[in-house]
Amino acid sequence: MRPFSFRRPGSPEEAVAMVEPMGVAGQGGAFHAGGTTVIDLMKLHVLHPPSLTDLGDVLERGIEETGDGTLRVGAGTTMAEAAEHPAFLRAPVLSEALWKAASAQLRNVATLGGNLLQRTRCPYFRDNVSACNKREPGSGCAAKDGINRLLAVLGTSEECIANYPGDWANALILFDAVLETRSGEGGREIAFDDLHVLPGEDPARETILGDDELITAIRLTVPDWAGRSVYTKVRDRDSYAFALTSAAVALDLDGETVREARLAIGGAATVPWRAREVEDWLQGQTLTEDVAVEAGRRAFEGAQGWGENDFKIPLGRDTVARGLMEAKAMTPETNSGDSQ
Amino acid sequence: MATEPRDAPPDLGISRRSLLKGTAASGASAFGAFQAGAQEAEAAPTGGPEVEVEITINGKPERFTLDARTTLLDLLRERLDLTGTKVGCNHGQCGACTVLVDGTRINSCLRLAGTLDGAEVTTIEGLGQGGEMHPMQQAFIDNDGFQCGYCTPGQIMSAVGCVTEGHAGSEAEIREYMSGNLCRCGAYKGIVAAVVQARDETEAREAS
Repeated sequence: MRPFSFRRPGSPEEAVAMVEPMGVAGQGGAFHAGGTTVIDLMKLHVLHPPSLTDLGDVLERGIEETGDGTLRVGAGTTMAEAAEHPAFLRAPVLSEALWKAASAQLRNVATLGGNLLQRTRCPYFRDNVSACNKREPGSGCAAKDGINRLLAVLGTSEECIANYPGDWANALILFDAVLETRSGEGGREIAFDDLHVLPGEDPARETILGDDELITAIRLTVPDWAGRSVYTKVRDRDSYAFALTSAAVALDLDGETVREARLAIGGAATVPWRAREVEDWLQGQTLTEDVAVEAGRRAFEGAQGWGENDFKIPLGRDTVARGLMEAKAMTPETNSGDSQ
Repeated sequence: MATEPRDAPPDLGISRRSLLKGTAASGASAFGAFQAGAQEAEAAPTGGPEVEVEITINGKPERFTLDARTTLLDLLRERLDLTGTKVGCNHGQCGACTVLVDGTRINSCLRLAGTLDGAEVTTIEGLGQGGEMHPMQQAFIDNDGFQCGYCTPGQIMSAVGCVTEGHAGSEAEIREYMSGNLCRCGAYKGIVAAVVQARDETEAREAS
């Protein structure tokens, strides 16, 4: 690691005043919460911030339930705490996407705010040597013709095929989430769907957050029927691995008929990827295996393989189909509003 | 069963560690840049901006002035010579550096010491009490939970955390919640058996 100064603000206001401008490609200052991404990337010399602004005394921890299905989650809540919270266990996709991610040691430290902002695992981004438009804008993309087995097939551009590696964001995006943020200009709210931006021509820019903007809390609304929800994660080993493909599914069923379906895809896309067109198509269908398979096919319409990762397209289709059938097979306890 | 050490090595007044340190220093010039990464993992950083923290390590509070880059792993091994905690991948992927911070297991390689003001850290050296091994340590011996032993301190600290967290319910759950600790010798069967044994002993002790 290169030398940096370590700053310890006591409030979000102090933190945003203290942080050095972070820069579009994350090459300025940096916030430090759990540190599991930023310290890793600093050791790799991918990041070399002149200062770290620590959020240990800044971020709220814990989940508040307001009674109408709305949850307010402090951005400093750890993955481990959240995975076991009763409100997340009632909508299993929210818990499952957390405990199926990382390791117990990492989940004990990593915060939910940081989790949403974790950086890609693209080997050409992390090696700090190869051409990478995300790390060094304008240098090219070594991944397109390289070892791209783990990378994205949805939302890519000629400039970047790095996948969004996270799991929980794919569950969160199902629930109309809103981020509360703080910057030098004050507070604002961001629809979570709008946070991440497609790589397009400018893959260095990953989110719409400003140079000094801090996520302080996450609000989401979980319908009663989300007891029928799963996070189906396919990976090279059955624990402690990033998703090759994953499907976050929540289903509202009337018998076998879909009243409402929510679906997001992980592992295979450049950003958290909600498949709204597939959701609309599923509405009113009788959820048979054939319908689930067709939903998978539709979810990957327009997907583009880059050679080694071509397999993610059929695998992703099957993952969606399996997720839908797993959710259908659940017998969730009804959550008739008495969430206390 | 107590065993006598056989063919104890002669005491040369030099530890394996200090010998290795000397070797690394003399080898550095020959290997040049190729060695730089390995050295970074071995030597505590100096020369950058500093932080001051007070940390209680294995029950002993101490105040430190550290280069801000110092990880908890660096502090333990390089400043305090608590070399039971191992450097494995140094990137939070293998679990060899697992310790308890305020009773919770973490990867010490990814944790800046500067974040630990007021924290209590327990390492493998501080796990036993009064010369007695912790039940988890004994369970690893009883169940052959290791071969070469390099990952073992991290496995044991992680296993203590796993039982405390209540995630040692079944063998499948133990495997899931211990997956952050890799063992290249493949002693996983014995490790799972050890966690089961120590869990049962812990539960029996708490029930009595």
